[in-house]
Amino acid sequence: MTVSNTASVIDWARQPSYLYEGYKSTVKRGPTKPLIPMAHTLSELTGPVYGHDDLNPLDNDLTKNSAINGEPIGERIIVVGRVTDEADRPVRNALLEVWQANATGRYWHKVDQHDAPLDPNFRGAGRVLTDENGEYRFVTIKPGAYPWRNHHNAWRPPHIHFSIFGREFLSRLVTQMYFPGDPLLALDPIYNSIPDESARQLLVSTYAHDITTPEWALGYRFNIVLCGSRETPFETKEV
Amino acid sequence: MSIQTGSQTVGPYFNIGMIRGGENSLVQDETVGQRIYIKGQLLDGDGQPVKDGCIEIWQADAHGYFNHPADPNQAQADPNFRGFGRSETLGAGFWFKTIKPGIIAGAQTPYINVRVFSRGMLIHALTRLYFSDESTNADDPLLNSVPPERRATLIAQREEFGDVPTYRFDIHLQGDQETVFFNP
Repeated sequence: MTVSNTASVIDWARQPSYLYEGYKSTVKRGPTKPLIPMAHTLSELTGPVYGHDDLNPLDNDLTKNSAINGEPIGERIIVVGRVTDEADRPVRNALLEVWQANATGRYWHKVDQHDAPLDPNFRGAGRVLTDENGEYRFVTIKPGAYPWRNHHNAWRPPHIHFSIFGREFLSRLVTQMYFPGDPLLALDPIYNSIPDESARQLLVSTYAHDITTPEWALGYRFNIVLCGSRETPFETKEV
Repeated sequence: MSIQTGSQTVGPYFNIGMIRGGENSLVQDETVGQRIYIKGQLLDGDGQPVKDGCIEIWQADAHGYFNHPADPNQAQADPNFRGFGRSETLGAGFWFKTIKPGIIAGAQTPYINVRVFSRGMLIHALTRLYFSDESTNADDPLLNSVPPERRATLIAQREEFGDVPTYRFDIHLQGDQETVFFNP
């Protein structure tokens, strides 16, 4: 069952390195020794399987799933996208977990002490599964920018965190979605840790007027491409 | 080929979105297999515990089957075992309650896949957990591909506490004892 792979499924020319000076926390946390090549066994070619029973009805609406006594403050937005593999095949039933700051740039988290108000009606977490076409959709509030202490006058550009489970262990991805036209992107070491310009731009969502709903909310599109074993879905490797 | 989406750090606040109570216990009453605990610390380059990290594990059931369509034996997989676990690393480290996995088709010894995330890691790291009480570890091709002096970083040490054995598995992100990480 063990298959020797000549190349990593991770495209290291377009993925960040463990050590990236601009992001200071990497210095003590990034592995330093060379990675050891790993052939793929059934353990890498499988992964947790999720279905609709795992989700709650409001998981894909962050404006409602933690509301106490009204609507959250901020600009309501609709985020859509398609999850595919590198061969452009849709990844169905991918579980997406999203989390973010509120409209003021504050997270619902005890460690976040940024001097900006919490919103009692917005905790900023949601989940959604992709459909038969690999497409997803959720509703939220546009997050605010916030300061961090990486360097003098450092501000994170507004972003939404995504954690994605694809069809196998190898496909796992955690990333961040940014917003178009943001002047903070050029100054952000986390965004700029992606070494390749075209790959970097793929982390920036596009404004989607076809998704924008009149008198209600703006639309953004963020497509996601997962790495993997490059096999036909659910076809097992030859011995 | 489309360009694969770039990884970004989970940041310090991932537990809002990635941590739900109970995901560090993989077993239900009906799950088949020997119960075990896995406990460990995630340690940075100064040997200090990482308090905002997240460990995910993926493993076969007690008979070596996965409840996933890529496993030809999926129909025989334990319906009461998903095989995925997740634990954040707070000051006291991480822990899982699970079962000892069986040996999967084509493998020589049991193991668990482990993925590490934390603030300060722009992309996750992958490692493997093997068990100190398995003599068949000596036959595992991946373990044998690791320089001998580094193999111990992949082997969880069995400790006895009552009825349920505990396997100790510390993960060192850097330093002399840096855990072996893999390029899949």
